Amino acid sequence: MLHGDLDGLEDLVVAEYQTHEHDVLVIGAGGAGLRAAIAAAAEGVSVGVVSKSLLGKAHTVMAEGGMAAAMANVDDRDDWRVHFADTMRGGQYLNSWRMAELHAREAPDAVRDLEAWGALFDRTPDGRILQRNFGGHKYPRLAHVGDRTGLEMIRTLQDKGTHSGIHFHMECTVLALLKDGERVAGAFGYDRERGRFRLLRARAVVLATGGIGRAYEITSNSWEYTGDGHALAYQAGAALQDMEFVQFHPTGMVWPPSVRGILVTEGVRGEGGTLVNSEGRRFMFDDIPENYRAHTAASPEEGWRYTQGDKNARRPPELLTRDHVARCIVREVREGRGSPHGGVYLDIAWIREKLPNAAEHIRKKLPSMYHQFKQLADIDITKEAMEVGPTTHYIMGGIRVDGDSQMSTVPGLFAAGECAAGLHGANRLGGNSLSDLVVFGKRAGEYAARFAREHGAATVDTDSVDAAARQALEPFERNGSGEGPYQVQHTLQEMMQELVGIVRREEEIVRALSCIGELRARAERVAVPGNREYNPGWHTALDLPNLLTVSEAIARSALERRESRGGHFRDDYPEKDPAYGSFNLILRKGPDGEMSITRESIPEMPPELKQIIEENK
Amino acid sequence: MSTTEEAVATTAVGGPETVRTGERAAEKLEQAVPAPGRRATFRIWRGDATGGKLQDYTTEVSEGMVVLDAVHQIQAEQANDLAVRWNCKAGKCGSCSAEVNGKPKLMCMTRLTDLNLDEPVTVEPMRTFPPLRDLVTDVSWNFRVKQRIKPFRPRAPDAPDGSWRMAQADVDRVQEFRKCIECFLCQDVCHVLRDHAKYDEFIGPRFLVQVAALEMHPLDTEDRIDELKEAFGVGYCNITKCCGNVCPENITITDNAIIPLKERVVDRHYDPLRKLVQLMRGRKP
Repeated sequence: MLHGDLDGLEDLVVAEYQTHEHDVLVIGAGGAGLRAAIAAAAEGVSVGVVSKSLLGKAHTVMAEGGMAAAMANVDDRDDWRVHFADTMRGGQYLNSWRMAELHAREAPDAVRDLEAWGALFDRTPDGRILQRNFGGHKYPRLAHVGDRTGLEMIRTLQDKGTHSGIHFHMECTVLALLKDGERVAGAFGYDRERGRFRLLRARAVVLATGGIGRAYEITSNSWEYTGDGHALAYQAGAALQDMEFVQFHPTGMVWPPSVRGILVTEGVRGEGGTLVNSEGRRFMFDDIPENYRAHTAASPEEGWRYTQGDKNARRPPELLTRDHVARCIVREVREGRGSPHGGVYLDIAWIREKLPNAAEHIRKKLPSMYHQFKQLADIDITKEAMEVGPTTHYIMGGIRVDGDSQMSTVPGLFAAGECAAGLHGANRLGGNSLSDLVVFGKRAGEYAARFAREHGAATVDTDSVDAAARQALEPFERNGSGEGPYQVQHTLQEMMQELVGIVRREEEIVRALSCIGELRARAERVAVPGNREYNPGWHTALDLPNLLTVSEAIARSALERRESRGGHFRDDYPEKDPAYGSFNLILRKGPDGEMSITRESIPEMPPELKQIIEENK
Repeated sequence: MSTTEEAVATTAVGGPETVRTGERAAEKLEQAVPAPGRRATFRIWRGDATGGKLQDYTTEVSEGMVVLDAVHQIQAEQANDLAVRWNCKAGKCGSCSAEVNGKPKLMCMTRLTDLNLDEPVTVEPMRTFPPLRDLVTDVSWNFRVKQRIKPFRPRAPDAPDGSWRMAQADVDRVQEFRKCIECFLCQDVCHVLRDHAKYDEFIGPRFLVQVAALEMHPLDTEDRIDELKEAFGVGYCNITKCCGNVCPENITITDNAIIPLKERVVDRHYDPLRKLVQLMRGRKP
């Protein structure tokens, strides 16, 4: 049909595309996307999954520490209420309390689903799923597999998905969402292999595209994380929320330069690793926030006992929330107490003082970290301290969704995982991401399937398809006469790192916004050589508009929030302001095409949830 | 090394001495790196399914660089359309497999300090899979093979909440197989595929490891022994151990996965007495 509609345009290359039709189209094949696809397929609808990379390579694979779920296998005092309270406290109460509640209630079953599909978690002595300590979690709560939990999750979901009748579009990137009036009608993209366009018609679309780390210079994220889902949703008219909250993971590698930003799992600290400055001081003991004081160890000895499972001990300050630990590291470095390469020391080798078989214990508990440092930095972490510093890791903000259904403000358009907002508020706790993926991936898949069943096929507007195709091919037409895409990307990354990074100021953010405007003009003129077949220069050029959209969203929100809270720290407003604790910042594309920002009040929390928070203060 | 060990042995908990060992590690690194401004030549295969050739690119190399860094630098500065797959750049996703100086490697984990930079460094795509463009090959065959392996089928749960009980000791050996990052370097080096192109008769080391992970999974009740013998061609493997040698995860592919699978096939198909006993007990071998 569609090809017939375009008969008159055969002289235009843009008319050439393959058409696929699915009831539910999932964009993204990490933990959330695969879980959504499996859930939708289980509802009996036809499902297509678009994967920007090969299947099983998504960023979920990098998750190390584990997935948080109050199963109480290790400490029977844990239950969903404590997990809920921990998540809200970590998020500085800007979270969607409904999502935090659902997440805490449903995470244990989500872990058990994975086990039923073949995942093999580490075990307790009595044969149950072992759980480990992590920052901001009151009790040992993270189900894990050594320090490669993400790989276990992705492989389990990949293998389950492979046998669920799902159609996979591997190495395919979406350029635009298509709409039928208000409602979503599918997506338009291209395959990397041949550069051919694909029209993907769908009754419902789930975005599960992950994060935005590539907007920054120092990041733990791979090339894929260019904010595609955020930008696609925004361009399609959906609202974004909490975009000022970017998580800078406190411990990334800092040396040698080529590995800068690669993640060092929080699990190192969970196993007893300490943060030490160049003067040999455990500086985390010097700055413990008031709302965490009652939960934090009074001495190194008590902290050590906590990491070894002593239920009467409180956690060491290294396991405070990521935003706080990252800022303490920045402070040490700024005040001249950093390591030679601009980080601080993370020391796990010291536990040989406590454990007779420490080296073996470290290699067993942290095998990936051991190999990563051995191979990339010539450091044996069982003998030497690591040098670490903050790295862009995660965005708490994202597409605004309904807590129960995960539907965005555009009918039929759903979002789950990192690209959705709400669960984590101003700061995400470690371990809450993997559980987020499967809890809300499942919900998004189920509700998308329901939406697809309840709504007929949508009509695709072929004009918008042609426009998207024509725009995508423009960089080739400028070959030889324009700047390369990598220069623009690198300039943006350096600029965001410097001006909208961990510590922010009004004049810097204002400068960033004007830079983004200039970079947008440059991005519109980039040229790429070669042809459409597997051409990374072209792909980078096509990712630029998304990176610019999310960068602008981060900067605009960061400017508007004149306080410091969670992942957002304003040097010019260093204190938390209670007046800013009652609303989320919402971004929409205005009628004039400009980004508009509004404040939306957080709905009143039901008394029973309020009571849970009081009881866990 | 011995001085480092001594130094650590005398440190106080989290004290300054431990820190100094970290500084020493940094110094150690600085000594091992190429001088600033050093340039090296990379001889990279450029082409597509119809053919191609090696092309030299000279670029500046710096401290700690890996082959993938050099390829990225060349891509950004000299050849924007140079095709390469990569994701995590930390040896965890298994995307950047290639042949560096003829050896199957992850480019992200191959340090330039381990290569002789006085000669050009050759970087070619995996030879066992059809070339798509430059360093990118068509690995889709692997995904089709995966689809042919019968999925996990657990026994009934052990507890009312739907969970199971397993001892860590029983989980350990399967966890080794599940470390696989699907880089397909073992498939690339396996002569049954590389030299004899038995794509239709043999699933290759990666998928024998996956079958082993399923067969040895404490909860699994499925039976894949007949396929192993016939469709999966486990008999083609003659245990040259090339696969294990290139595995970035150091999985003991032949000894721990393939040989036990071969034994199961032998037990099932070539030992009538044992087969009879198993049939009478109604148990999976």
